[in-house]
Amino acid sequence: MRNYLNIIVAYSIMMLLIILVGIFQSWSIALTIFNYCMISAVMTLGANIQWGYAGLINFGVMGYTALGGLAVVLVSVAPVPEAWSVGGVNMMTCLGIIIIMIFSTRYILKNIQKSKKKNYLIAGIIIVGLILIKIIAGPAIEQIEAVDPAKTGFLGGLGLPVLFSWIVGGLFAAGLAFIVGKVALGLRADYLAIATLLIAEIVVSIIKHEDWLARGVKNVIGLKRPAPYEIDLQTSPWFINLVEKFHSAKLDLANSLSERQDILNQLVIDASSVYVKLCFAGMFLIVVIILLIITQKALYSPWGRMMRAIRDNEEAASAMGKNVVKQHLFIFILGSAIVGIAGAMMVTNDGLFTPGSYRPMRYTFVIWVMVIVGGTGNNFGAILGGFVVWFLWVEAAPIALFFINLFTAHLPETNDIKIHLINSAPYFRFLLVGIGLLLIMRFRPQGIIPEKIIKQ
Amino acid sequence: MDLINAILVLLNYTIIPALTYGSQLALGAIFVTLIYGILRFANFATGDMMSFGTMFAVLLTYYFQSIGINFGFLPTALLTIPFAIFMMILYMLLIDQTVFKYYRIKKSPPVQLAMVSVGVMFVTQALIRIIIGPTDRRFLDGEKFILKATEFKEMTGLSEGLTIKSTQMITIVVTIIVVAIMFWFLNKTKTGTSMRAYSDNEDLALLSGIDPKKVVLITWIIAGILATIGGILYGLDKSYRPFVYFNNMLPIFAAAIVGGIGNPYGAFLGGYVIAFAEIFLTYAYKRFLVYILPESLEPNSLMQLLSTDYKFAISFSILVIVLIFRPSGIFEGKRI
Repeated sequence: MRNYLNIIVAYSIMMLLIILVGIFQSWSIALTIFNYCMISAVMTLGANIQWGYAGLINFGVMGYTALGGLAVVLVSVAPVPEAWSVGGVNMMTCLGIIIIMIFSTRYILKNIQKSKKKNYLIAGIIIVGLILIKIIAGPAIEQIEAVDPAKTGFLGGLGLPVLFSWIVGGLFAAGLAFIVGKVALGLRADYLAIATLLIAEIVVSIIKHEDWLARGVKNVIGLKRPAPYEIDLQTSPWFINLVEKFHSAKLDLANSLSERQDILNQLVIDASSVYVKLCFAGMFLIVVIILLIITQKALYSPWGRMMRAIRDNEEAASAMGKNVVKQHLFIFILGSAIVGIAGAMMVTNDGLFTPGSYRPMRYTFVIWVMVIVGGTGNNFGAILGGFVVWFLWVEAAPIALFFINLFTAHLPETNDIKIHLINSAPYFRFLLVGIGLLLIMRFRPQGIIPEKIIKQ
Repeated sequence: MDLINAILVLLNYTIIPALTYGSQLALGAIFVTLIYGILRFANFATGDMMSFGTMFAVLLTYYFQSIGINFGFLPTALLTIPFAIFMMILYMLLIDQTVFKYYRIKKSPPVQLAMVSVGVMFVTQALIRIIIGPTDRRFLDGEKFILKATEFKEMTGLSEGLTIKSTQMITIVVTIIVVAIMFWFLNKTKTGTSMRAYSDNEDLALLSGIDPKKVVLITWIIAGILATIGGILYGLDKSYRPFVYFNNMLPIFAAAIVGGIGNPYGAFLGGYVIAFAEIFLTYAYKRFLVYILPESLEPNSLMQLLSTDYKFAISFSILVIVLIFRPSGIFEGKRI
């Protein structure tokens, strides 16, 4: 129990902070923060597996998050039959060409001796393939994008339940991680950081500009939800009764029947949004707990010990007969898949897919701050990091505003500096997160909850 | 005649813009490479440091304009460069003393320093947004064009015009001057040689009596000059928007690595490699081909290899290809 004391204390403080937001701002805001904290926690768990277990630096978190989001669109949106009929065959042919390209390149790589001829062959296959794709896909893309561009203009998805897309998001991210890992994992740490960052940018720019795939920057809105809709709740009698029972004391204070009805309506509207967010919170909590149990088991299994050995001394581990390259690739895929799941969860929570919003600042660097702040190599630390940093990120503006008002209280309302500072309150979040990261790196480099090695 | 027209089209829409963009990237890339070579970490705050220096230039330009100082037909911003550089160097030295020095003395691994630079990036970005705000600002004044298309057409009687914006000329000229001075400094002066020695082999350099403090100080000063000038030139040419500088960091990294990180000559050329690749691959060649091909062969599509949306993606793809096949860069890296 004493071993876990600092974890319990840290989590209690965090929960208290969120509850305080609920009391002082509103429960809806508190739950939104809580849900996003949970999504961030899943992302940090993924990044922590790569960085904390294996020492692999992955600045491509953004790319995997975006792919997870794409999975939600491709799985849950209903297919667009018109688009499929005008361009489906061509697009599928292109997919076939790409697969043939990959396998023929693999065949050449395996079966032909290293020579100039081999390089020319591979280059030839790629160039011919790209020209074919351009010829076949070009007109099809134009036709698909012309199908009712204001609403669809893309192929649509499969129309499956949205929860299924969380798994698919993980698989997509794992697929990308396999390619990236094959290409970039041999690089030195800081090269790897830059390479993964840039590959993630490439992925996002493809999602942004290939409108036939997921409408690009035109966004996909109104995605399916695994939770009930607010409107449905507000009209269903059982929910109204529940709210009535819950707030009976408050309702009894009303003077007249019409006033009572007004209060009740308002309460039902508030409660419906809280209820929906609670549903999401429950689902996210299940995911976080499952992942936590699995990662915790993995960390203290022989496999986890091997990963730590590889992280701490690659040469020694490979001298002991461990396949470092293979294990690095495996853990890179595993971590990325978890990030992909988080990406899918986030899009499901928002109900919309906005490729334009995937920026490295928010989806790579903030996530990394979470990992570093929380505690590298400790899953409880990673989750806590997700909570703390996201909380700061959201609440920084109100906190900054409070301090600005405090320090400039003696200045008149028309003072230029005061107005300027108040207008720039939202940007204090960068300052807060940056200074937080610098302080933690300097004075507690192992994070709030440091890695713990249990000796059996 | 058609051939001259075709060449003019290319000059106008690809070569001159690519040279300009390449110069801006090259300055940034040399900055990245210097920090990597001497201080030994990948500086993720590069873009924001450039933005920070430019911010002072923008503010000073507004101040100079308000008190009626201008630089004739040249932009007022050029006058502000020394002051902006001074502020920038002060900021960099402050950051170095408070943040980077601790890890340097402790000999932390480069990854940790890169992580710290992420923290610096956050703080710098916050300061910029708090001081000047995230809005788009133009601070170019003076003559806009050196050569206008219509004038050129009248002068030569050709059907294609040649436009040279003053910012393009200024960028190229200033870059050549700055880079020439810097290479002279690195190769011919004693301090420059000691910096190269320090970059090549730290222990040996220390043994032969090179003062590491001085090397680090000079590095930050040169870095401040490069970052500020690169940032101002980019801001003059496009416009000053803090966010864009952060995005520019990525092609700058690409340029530095493609050229072989740690090697300033490589970084300089890498900037142009990236810029030319970006612009040549996304340019629509229809107008060019119309001039040089016989009428029967005229293309009816735009003849564009990739849409301009993928401009950044191209530089990143080049980087990935270079990393796979020649991780030390096109021009042997890690050598100043």
